[in-house]
Parts: sequence; C-alpha cells; structure tokens
Amino acid sequence: MKRIISFILLAIVALGITLSLLNIPFGMPKTKVGEHYIKKGIQETGATNIVTSVVLNYRGFDTLGEVTVLFVSAIGLSAVLATREKKIAEKIESASLVLYTGCRFLFPLILFFGAYIFIHGHLTPGGGFQGGAIIASAFLLMYLGCRERRISEKRTKIAESLSGLVFIVVGLIGLAVGGYYFLSNFLPKGTPFSLLSAGIIPIIYIAIGFKVGSELAFIIDRLMRESE
Amino acid sequence: MIFLVAFLVGVMLISAIAASIFKDLMNAVIASCLVSLIAAILFYFLQAPDVAMAEAAIGAALVTAVFVIAIRRTNRYEE
Repeated sequence: MKRIISFILLAIVALGITLSLLNIPFGMPKTKVGEHYIKKGIQETGATNIVTSVVLNYRGFDTLGEVTVLFVSAIGLSAVLATREKKIAEKIESASLVLYTGCRFLFPLILFFGAYIFIHGHLTPGGGFQGGAIIASAFLLMYLGCRERRISEKRTKIAESLSGLVFIVVGLIGLAVGGYYFLSNFLPKGTPFSLLSAGIIPIIYIAIGFKVGSELAFIIDRLMRESE
Repeated sequence: MIFLVAFLVGVMLISAIAASIFKDLMNAVIASCLVSLIAAILFYFLQAPDVAMAEAAIGAALVTAVFVIAIRRTNRYEE
C-alpha cells in the first residue's frame, strides 16, 4: 500500500515538472543582464573567461558567501571530530611498490595542473574552486599511496587563513579605492588574453585556490585520521 | 555525436538504478561515482568545461573517498 502511494506521488511530481518545463522556451534569453555580460564582459573586467568575470566581478559578494560556507563546514567537521582525539597507529601497512611509485610520480603533476587551473582562471575555463578541488584530490592520492605521509594541520590552517585574509582585504581595498561595491577592480586591466590582465581577478582566484585546496585537504586528512 | 550522448545517458541511468539496488555498499558507491563521471563528460559536451572539472574532481573523487571512509567505519553490507 505504501509503495503504491509513493509511486502515485512520484508520478504526480513527474507530471508537474514535465508540464512546467514544457512551457519554458529554452535557448531564448529571458533577461537582459546575460547579454550585457557577454557583450561588455571582456571590456569591463578584462577577463576573457566570462564565467570568471561574473563570479568574481559582477557577483563577487556571492563568492565570498560560498567560500564562507566551505570554511564553516571545515570548522564544523573539525569540531565534531576533535572531541575524540586518537593516537595514530604506530605501524601503518604500506602500499605496494607500484602504487607507491605511481602516486609519488603523479602527485606533483596533479598539483601543477591544479595550480595551472587557478592561475589561468581568467583566461581559460576553470578557476579557484576547480583548481582547489584538483589539489585536494592530489592529497587524497597521496593518502592512498604513501600512507605514512601526513599534511601538517598547522600549515593548512595558515594557508587557509592567509588566503581568506587576502580575499577580504583586496575586496575592501576595492570598496575603498575603486568605487562603491565590494571587489571592484582597481588595478589596471591590461591587454586581454595575457596572463597579467584583468586586474585583481588573478589575485583573488589564486587566494581562492589556496583556500579551497587547503580546506578540502584538511577535511580529507581529518576523515582519514578518523578512519584508522 | 547524438548516439554517444544517448549511450552515455543510458549507462548513467543504469548505474544510478544499480547504485540504489546493490546490497554491497562499496559497489553502490562505485556506481554513484560512475554517475558523477559521466555527468562530467556530459557537462563537457554541453559546453560547460568548468562545471565538468568541478564535477570530476569533487563528485567523482572526493565524495567517493568520503563515502568509502564512512563505509570502512560502518557496515559494508546492507541488511
């Protein structure tokens, strides 16, 4: 009986979603703001990646909120797990030689790729969040292959706090110098398609990359330590 | 191109259903990882490479790792 009711409910929900989706004209611009970003984005922000110019310039304050959400979740996780501090097992079973060598070989390459993603965030697809996640997955690989290596908790905290400070200080300088909104671009825009362009956007994305990478690596470290 | 996308969507649907059916939770986690991986490929085909990158790194790698750690601490088989 329960199953039949749930199936009927699901069917009603599916019908409602289908009917409402049928009326949306896909591919038609609904708002004017998107057109403005596409046409004037490069000229106004200097970033050739329009997604980046929206995320860090037009909607910079929202990005501060996103970064804060990640920060709060990392703090919450460490608060939950810190109450049960355990000693790390003395003898850790080491991985096989192939896995060990492969992980040690791949680790710097993945770090390099993550850094490339967030340094070129204003030119090519990707940015601080993606680069940070890639860097955290490099640390995850390290934890799988070379299990005796640990990241230093203190250093992740320092990297995380410093990059957060850089984000807020640059945003506040923009508020004071550049104009009337948070994260306004006060540095020269430079020529598009070159690495040193788009004013403060590369600085902010490098800060976000470090912040996200160290937070996710810290979360992975905490969970791995808890599982042993 | 359309056949490739249709094939990928088919595999994605099958693995999504399999993830909810499997009794061995480790298999279910791997199936849900496959869903994220194919979603990343589909995002790339839909011309959203930045979303594809985030999906591949977070959905396929980090979330799977978190689930595997959770399974190691609890039961592997669903009753």
